[in-house]
Order: sequence, then C-alpha cells, then structure tokens
Amino acid sequence: MSTDVTDKIPAAAPPGKDGSGAGGGLLRLVLDGLRRNMRQYGMLIALGLIVILFEIWTGGDLLLPRNVSNLVLQNSYILILAIGMMLVIIAGHIDLSVGSLTAFVGAFAAVLMVNHQVPWPVALVLCLLMGAVAGSVQGLLIAYAGIPSFIVTLAGMLLFRGLTEILLQGQTLGPFPGGLQKIGNGFLPAVGPNTNYHNITLLLGLVMIAAVVWQEFRDRRRQQEFSLDVPPTKLFLLKLVAIVAAILWLTLLLASYDGAPIILIILGVLVAGYGYVMRNTVFGRHIYAIGGNLPAAKLSGVKDKRVTFQVFLNMGVLAALAGLVITARLNAASPKAGDGFELEAIASSFIGGASMSGGVGTVLGAIIGGLVLGVLNNGMNLLSVGTDWQQVIKGLALLTAVGFDVWNKRKSGS
Amino acid sequence: MAGPVLEMRSIVKTFPGVKALSDVTLTVRQGEVHAICGENGAGKSTLMKVLSGVHPHGSYSGDILFEGEECRFRDIRASEHRGIVIIHQELALVPFLSIAENIFLGNEHATRGLINWNETLRHGTELLRRVGLSDHPETRVADIGVGKQQLVEIAKALSKKVKLLILDEPTAALNDEDSGKLLDLILELKKQGITSIIISHKLNEIRRVADSVTILRDGRSIETLDVKAPETTEERIISGMVGRDLDHRFPERTPYEGKPEAAPALEIRDWTVFHPIDQQRKVVDDVSINVRRGEIVGIAGLMGAGRTELAMSVFGRSYGRFAGGTVLKDGQEIRTKSVAEAVGHGIAYVTEDRKHYGLNLIDTINRNISLAALGKVAKRGVVDEQEERQVAERFRTSMNIKAPTVFEPVGKLSGGNQQKVVLSKWIFAGPEVLILDEPTRGIDVGAKYEIYTVIDQLAAEGKAVVFISSELPELLGMCDRIYTMAAGRLTGEVPRAEATQEVLMRQMTKDKEVTR
Repeated sequence: MSTDVTDKIPAAAPPGKDGSGAGGGLLRLVLDGLRRNMRQYGMLIALGLIVILFEIWTGGDLLLPRNVSNLVLQNSYILILAIGMMLVIIAGHIDLSVGSLTAFVGAFAAVLMVNHQVPWPVALVLCLLMGAVAGSVQGLLIAYAGIPSFIVTLAGMLLFRGLTEILLQGQTLGPFPGGLQKIGNGFLPAVGPNTNYHNITLLLGLVMIAAVVWQEFRDRRRQQEFSLDVPPTKLFLLKLVAIVAAILWLTLLLASYDGAPIILIILGVLVAGYGYVMRNTVFGRHIYAIGGNLPAAKLSGVKDKRVTFQVFLNMGVLAALAGLVITARLNAASPKAGDGFELEAIASSFIGGASMSGGVGTVLGAIIGGLVLGVLNNGMNLLSVGTDWQQVIKGLALLTAVGFDVWNKRKSGS
Repeated sequence: MAGPVLEMRSIVKTFPGVKALSDVTLTVRQGEVHAICGENGAGKSTLMKVLSGVHPHGSYSGDILFEGEECRFRDIRASEHRGIVIIHQELALVPFLSIAENIFLGNEHATRGLINWNETLRHGTELLRRVGLSDHPETRVADIGVGKQQLVEIAKALSKKVKLLILDEPTAALNDEDSGKLLDLILELKKQGITSIIISHKLNEIRRVADSVTILRDGRSIETLDVKAPETTEERIISGMVGRDLDHRFPERTPYEGKPEAAPALEIRDWTVFHPIDQQRKVVDDVSINVRRGEIVGIAGLMGAGRTELAMSVFGRSYGRFAGGTVLKDGQEIRTKSVAEAVGHGIAYVTEDRKHYGLNLIDTINRNISLAALGKVAKRGVVDEQEERQVAERFRTSMNIKAPTVFEPVGKLSGGNQQKVVLSKWIFAGPEVLILDEPTRGIDVGAKYEIYTVIDQLAAEGKAVVFISSELPELLGMCDRIYTMAAGRLTGEVPRAEATQEVLMRQMTKDKEVTR
C-alpha cells in the first residue's frame, strides 16, 4: 500500500514536447492513456468488441438502424434503473426492491389512467411522487433507523410485488392513453423538408456535437488559465474527434430510420444530468466519500445520513420512471412486470466498474454495463439463442467483467 | 534460578519506510514472569509478533531459540504448536459463541468432524477452574465482562498446553479489581511452571508480578533489569524508557508569550465520556484543558489514557457516550454535537488513524483535500474542478507531497505523504483551533521534520494547536505547555520550562492517585 511514489514521477509525468512529429508518439500517448485508465476504458473496449462480434455473427443485422432503435427501446428501463443503482452502490448500499417497485408504479399508473381516467400528465406526476414516497420510506429506514439496506429493500421487494398484485387483482390492465404510449414507443416528430434523414434528430445531433466541443475547449482553457498541466494537444484533439465521430454516427444511424426515440432523449438527459451531479456537485462528492470511507467522511463533516436518504429517495423516483416507461411500452400493467430488473440493474453497475465495498463507479459506467448486457440480449435474440443459454452467457459476462477488474487491481498492486 | 527458556538474538524487522526493530535481544528464563516495557512505538508488539509467527520467519532477521532449539515459525499455528501462545490487546474471541466453544476454537474435541460436547464441557470446566472462573462454559462470551473474557483467553491458551504465555497489555481495558485478579492468576500460573512475558505500561504492575524487565526504546533493547533488586526503582525504569537526548530534530521556535487578557481560543471543561460498549467504564473522566491562540499545547499519555477519546468526543461527539462537560470558544460556550457544528466553529481534528478515519484511500489527492471544506471550491452546490485542482496543486507544493499528480489515489502514497494530505485537508478548512492526534505516527524522520515545521507555522499564524503525542521528545520539542493523562484522568499540567521526560513519564504512569 504505502509504496513510495518518488521513483515514479519521471515516468508518469506527461511528456512536455508534444509537437514532436513521429506518428508512433501519438500512438504511445494513446496507449499510455488507456493503460492508466484501464478501469474506465476497459469496459468501453469490451462493449466495442461485443458489438463487432455480434455484427459479424448476425451478418450486419445488429447495427441496422431499425435494430439500434429497438435496442434502445428494449433496454431503456434497465438503463434508467442502472443509473440510480450506481448511486446506491457507490454509497455502499444495495437496492433489491427496484424491480417490484417498477411493477407497483406501473400498476398504480394503470389504476389511475385505465380505471379512473385521470389525465395522463397528472397521473405521470402522481406516479413519480409515489416512487419518491416509496424511496423515502426505505431511505428513512436505512439511513436513520440503521436497518441494513439489503434487508430493507429485500422486504420492499416482497412488499411492492404483493401490493402490485393487490392493485391489479391478478389481472393485466390496459390499454393506456396515447400520450403515455408515445413516451415508451414514440419517436421525435418529423418536420421540415424531406432530406431522406429525420430532420430534428440531425439537428439535435449537431447541437450536441457543438455543446461537447464547446465544453471541452472551455475546460481546457480554464485549466490553462489556472496554469495547470493539460493533456498534450494531439491527444486532446484525438479524443475530441473520436467523441464527435461517435455522436455523428449514432445520429445518422437513427436519422436514417424513424429518428431518435423519445426515450433516448430522456435517457440522454438523465445520463448527462446524473453524470454532472456525480462529477461536479457537492452532493455527488459526498456520495463517493461515504461509500469510500464512511468514518472519514463523518469526521469531515459530511451529513452521511441525509446523503444516504437522498440516494434512496432518488432511486425510488427513477424506479417510478422506469415503471412508467415499461408500462407505456407494453401498453399494459402486469403483475409480473419488472421481474428480475433489480438484478439486471445491479449487474449493469458491477460490469460498469462499481465495487462491492462502494466508493467507486461512474454513471457512464453503469450505462456501458447496461449496454453490454443489452447487446448480448439483443444479439443472442437475433441469433435465436434460447433464453436458457442467454442466462448462462450473461452470468459468465458478469463474472468475467468483475474478475478482470479484480485481476487488474491486484496486478497494479493496490 | 533456571536457565533461559527463550532467547531472541539480534532481531531486525523493517516495514516499508520504517525500521521497527533494530537489533533486539531478549532472554527469558525458565519459569519467570518477564516484563517488557517501553514507549508507544518502541517495538514491543512487533517483537512479540515476530516471536509468535505473526511476522513469519524470513520477514525478519535474527535467531529465535526456544528450549534450546532454533525456531522458524511460518505462522501463529506453528508457534502455538511449540507452546508459545500470545494474547493480543484486542481480544480474539467470537462474541456469540459460548465460552467452551471459544476455548477450543480451531482445536476442537472432535472425531471425524463431529464435536464431542461432553468432553468439550468437561475439559472446559476444568480449564475455567484453573483460571478461577465459575461461569458455566456454555455462557455466551458476549454476556461476560471484559475481565472475564481475558481469563477465557488464558483458559484457551492453557488448552493449547502453553509453555510460554505472552500477554500484550492485558490490563489496559480492565478495572482495578479485574486487573488484580489477572495479575494473581499470572503468579499462580508461574507456580505451575508456566513462563510469561507481559507487556505493560503500568510500573506498579510490573513491580508486583515481574521478576525481570527488558526495556525497549526506538526498536532497540536497552537493558534487562532484575525487578527484585533494590536498585531497580520506578525512576530507574523510566529513565531507561526515555533516556535519549534531544538533538536538532525540531524547528527552532519562539516560545509563546502569554496574552492573559484574552480568553483561551478553546477551553474544555469537566469533560466526561463513557465507553461506547462497556457502559460502566469512564474513558474520559472530568477533564478540563485550554489552549490559546498561537500556543501549542501537548497532551501526553500512554495507550488507553483517553487522549484520542477526549478529542474525538469533543469533535462532534464522534466517540463514546457523552456524559457531561462544556466547550468554550473565546470564552463563549459553543455546541459541538455534530462534526459539522465543530467545523463551523473553526475546530479541526486530525486523526491518529489516517487510514480508517482520515482519508478515502481509493480517492485522489485533490478530492481528499477538498472534502472537509467543499463549499470553498463550490458555487451553489457545484464543485469547480479547476479551482479544486489548483488548491490541491498549491498544497502539493507547499506541503511537499510527493506524488506525480494530484489525481493519484491517496492509498498509493507513503505514510508521510498521506499524513501531509490529511493535514492539507484540515488546513484548507481554515480552522482556528487544530487538534492534531499523533500527527507523526508511523512516518520517517524527514517527513516528521516537515510536519513539525508546518505545525510551528500554524501556531505562528495565530492558530491554537492541541498536539496529542506518545513521543515525549516531540512534545518537549514543540509544545509550550503539556498536559498529562492517565486512565482517562488529567494527571498534570507542566509548562515548557519545567517539562522533562522523567517528569512527564512519572505523571503518565500514575495509576490511582489524582493530583488536581
């Protein structure tokens, strides 16, 4: 643990002469960067490999515009849950209740909209509130009463599943108003001249590229203002080009079909928003701090109980959102909805770099983890692999990802 | 008297960056009670870990001869097999198993994996009788007091056919009555031919049970004295424990000139705290101390004196059960019931245990430094990462934290550099009163000097500093005034001019009498 780092300084310092011509230099910079951030990039690379493999095996079906659109729609609720779950796991806890809560909120939505004809926007707000209430009750018990989260949410898992069946009386309720259905299945509206592409999607993609470029340049300028070391120009540009290319590719892909699904926009906002919260806000920092070393965080004045409470409150709201999305997508609330979602969300977080002991992980990681599972699902469906083998393969994927992480950590000698 | 049963020759043990033992020699005669004493960090526990195989053969150099044979213990089982049993400071009992189950844990009376309960109970009862316990062997360990638990540990040792029993500060957690019983038992076992090594700070105990005493200092064995000899007084032992000269290991510092008109920056009055689990035990007992701006005030005491407990309890009730006392800042009573309140009143506590209470080891230097005062680099709840990084860079330079970047995980730094990060964190919080708990524990001499310089500078800037340390030379070199504590009580207050190691050690080893 306490190795002296003095001897490492010359090796790890970024080389100052970044103008030097050789192409090998840039490659080395990239490889260095990858090696230093193995944890961050490892899973991204793995996702890339999985995509390429399935693209080959399915004879190009995986990345057809229609299928990519489907992939997003099919996995959206798991991804939404994975975001909240990542926060819970970083804080050093676990939430087993989210699958049942998802179903419960779906049932609640059905009772409101199908049985009582409540207008869908009102019902939507009520459902999110219901999620907040459920989350805060669990949060209170965990943070203030000190009952372990595993127990509280295990109880919640049984309880919400039971309440779902009570609400639905064992039946499936539907159909839902069109407005809500659009959230689950709809696409952005098509407007403007016919360009063979979906105009709003194109526009959104371009806006996003502009935003990313602006943000990156602003960060770099501010770092220079504070006279801090910045990454070499070449590496910076390479990273920027890679990000822009990725967004452009996804935009064109989606724009050549029906455009961006509405749910993708919601997801994008969530990822950006939560990524920002975890990276840049005091609240986010406090979540990492209590997960990383609770006693030290307490002695630094972090209000650990309040933070824990808020993390579970947030999980409740996101679970409610996932419940609305899946209900809208299936256009029905069923007593068996959301079965096993908690495990998929937890698996996504761990594949995406979370640690059992807390304190580690990123929102983007959870999304990458969720996509790894999603692509596996979708790809194996295209290849008509049975659900039995799908389970086996997903289990192995989780084991491999976390095993690699453990091995990598041990190798770097921590 | 009989010949030696144990000889340890030229034992050297190094940890990364620290030489814990350099050339220790220990000779224990057959059938005696041999005490080992020395300051905290003198190497007593490390020596016993070498002997018992916790630090296996090969991780140290030197020879161990037990009953005339050379020993190369691979682990603790190997040493127990030879009849050497160590009882650690923290008891190693499983609270929810019965006494008998604990005694035979790992050594069960069993045939083919099935436990023979009759034999377990019979043998357990017999062993309990030998250590003078009348409790039923099926009682849960959690339901008996610490004193009795200590006796169960000894019964466990007896079950392993112990020849050499090592007790590491056995009475540190016990009250007087239990301590007395335990010491009697050690003498009783001696009559049965069992040799004991007892590590202790309490000189009166050593005088009562030990035949000879070996003094360790700075990882070296200084001398072995015959306790029964008339010239071996407590003063003689103390001078052995502290006898080293102060060279230029501390920055030059202008002594604080008292400004009597101002109220102390921080004053603690009549502070009392109970142990968090053992509800009857007063860990801090009616302690009052104060510190003025620009002053460095030391608190000296041995293990279990209650210094850390006092500091943590004042700092947001972070330890034990509060039972009374007030905190005044600049003469005004303040609330310090939560850490946030204490920090809000400009108090900072730099922990003695940086790994568990000070740092998030998996997080980076910059994020650790900013944690206690995130508000200073944040606007409306959003952290300005560039400003945070700049702050961290400033501390990396000014504190000379050796790391390639401020994005290095703190867990990868050496002890001295980790300590600088903890200090940076609290200096960045901008406190008026700093409570530093063992700020130089486990770090090398060079880093120590750097930390002394920082402390000195803090005082020069007008901050009030409370300096808790087990190293007397460090307190003498740095402090304007030194309090001493023993067993939870304040046992003295010595101004710099009158303080010597002997005076302090005298007050730190006071067991019963209180001079206040």
